[in-house]
Amino acid sequence: MKQCIRAASIAALAAAGFCTPSFAQAPQNFDAVKIDTLKVRDNIYMLVGSGGNITVQVGDEGVLLVDTQYAPLSDKILAAIRAISPKPIYYIVDTHHHGDHTGGNANLRAAGTTVSGGNMAGAIRDSGVGAAIIAHENVLLRLSSDKGPQALPSGGWPTSTFFGNKKELFYNGEGIEIIHVPAAHTDGDSIVFFRRSDVISAGDVFVTTSYPFIDTASGGTYQGFVAALEKLVDIIIPVYGQDGGTLVIPGHGRISNLGDVLNYREMVIVVGDRIKHMIEAGMTLEQVKAAKPTVDYDPVYGARAGAAEGFIEATYRTLSAPPGDSR
Amino acid sequence: MTGFDPIRCASRAAMLASALLAAPGFAQVNFAGVWNMTLTEDFPDRLPGPELGDYAGLPLNANDRARAQSWNASILSLPDYQCRVHPSDYANSFADIRMWHEFDTTTQELIAIHIQHFAWNTQRTIWMDGRPHPHPMAEHTSMGFSTGEWVGNTLKVTTTHLKEGWLRRNGVARSDAATVTEHFIRHDNHLTWSVFVQDPKYLEEPFFRNRDYTAAVGDAISAYPCESVVEVVLPEQGYFPHYLPGENPFLIEYARNHKIPSEAAMGGAKTMYPEYRKRLVELSPP
Repeated sequence: MKQCIRAASIAALAAAGFCTPSFAQAPQNFDAVKIDTLKVRDNIYMLVGSGGNITVQVGDEGVLLVDTQYAPLSDKILAAIRAISPKPIYYIVDTHHHGDHTGGNANLRAAGTTVSGGNMAGAIRDSGVGAAIIAHENVLLRLSSDKGPQALPSGGWPTSTFFGNKKELFYNGEGIEIIHVPAAHTDGDSIVFFRRSDVISAGDVFVTTSYPFIDTASGGTYQGFVAALEKLVDIIIPVYGQDGGTLVIPGHGRISNLGDVLNYREMVIVVGDRIKHMIEAGMTLEQVKAAKPTVDYDPVYGARAGAAEGFIEATYRTLSAPPGDSR
Repeated sequence: MTGFDPIRCASRAAMLASALLAAPGFAQVNFAGVWNMTLTEDFPDRLPGPELGDYAGLPLNANDRARAQSWNASILSLPDYQCRVHPSDYANSFADIRMWHEFDTTTQELIAIHIQHFAWNTQRTIWMDGRPHPHPMAEHTSMGFSTGEWVGNTLKVTTTHLKEGWLRRNGVARSDAATVTEHFIRHDNHLTWSVFVQDPKYLEEPFFRNRDYTAAVGDAISAYPCESVVEVVLPEQGYFPHYLPGENPFLIEYARNHKIPSEAAMGGAKTMYPEYRKRLVELSPP
């Protein structure tokens, strides 16, 4: 029954357009979607369309993307990338497995290439075909185990996975840290830190448009979500106060800085503390929902139907789970 | 035909004067210089700071009131919050400013008017060159993005892209969806600076704040360094000071100390208007 409730709430969120756990295409009219390009800093851009924000890093070596939105938007996204750089796409990094972030993987990978040679070129004939897709190994596990009708085709699965804390690259003249934040939005989340540009691509562990969607069915937890936000705060160095310095590209929403992440963390912690207090008082999930622990933040983060309820439910379930079973 | 023609002479003189005096795009009023804030009965609110639980006269909605009621002043001990600056729409409640105008050196067109606040030495730019406001998904900041226009001798400023801030620094939040309209009006050596905040998320009605400044010839804006330090031992993770609903012990202080009914202290649009005095008669102080 618990799983049914989880599945139902995820389906409701997916229907609301926030994310599509499964997967490549969400039922919406993509013809009307326009891809806007915002320069974030130096050689980093943010593409806004439908689905998660895309980060584009360009340079002499080529193009690196973080996330790919939905498959039907790939031509428009590619045109937007080409307006920034004519160089080939070498890398795609997936922040997590949800379809609004990975749906365009196969198309954009096919538009790119991988440098190949030596033993690789001889042993694996297609090693140079398409861009490399990098992700935490749990992203590959989730995508490859999905047998549903809208499962992402294998051409869009990660080609280079990692486990442990992080994977590092040096590309286009800067170090890039792909940092795994465990059990947060899902169990495969990564944040991508461009060290010279001083920009973080956060995926859905930070959004400015909604309450957190903690996908408990995919291993997300409230505790992990807080830890991911703390990690972001740890990395960010502002110019002064809470402005400037490290910039953050959220999974959804606007370009942000320390103040925005702190405000979001404040909301997550305050609401979580309230729910924790209610759990300790013996309140049921329905009683907690009825008590409206998000009421003061609803005008800011509650516009999406079901967002507050989903956040409350995921927080309640992961905070009330017995030790060792955070879900 | 070489004799003196008074009509033609006057016409040419007028044309010359027009060419000399009416350069296009010139600011109609010069705000340049240091301005001292004028403190009157609002001194306690502006410098020492507002009292806890004082939301009287603010048109905040029920959501914002609930948020303010959970606010805990201990956040000021958190390193990340110690140097948090006043947002530009609150800045005229606090301390002196310097203003200066930036011109294109070739065309003498006014490009921007700048303001430096004493508080945290924040600087803001009011663009006067007609540029559009950025994309809605562009970065929001404490100062926001401001454009200005002349309405007669008044400088009218529109600000968007504000990060979440506050209307009063005791927890009354102002959301990042706010649009702020300001008017700068110079009367000889006095400056009236009005702020009009429209916040569709946290306000029942727009909020209006008016401040006065006096020109200070020869005065200067001091430095305002701020360095965050760890002042108390904090939990490693997941800590943010706040009061659970119904558990803030300080909410009643303001009403009790000033013998103001609690309902009035909790604010709302109705508490802005003179008619509310009739309601006050029906209420009792705590």
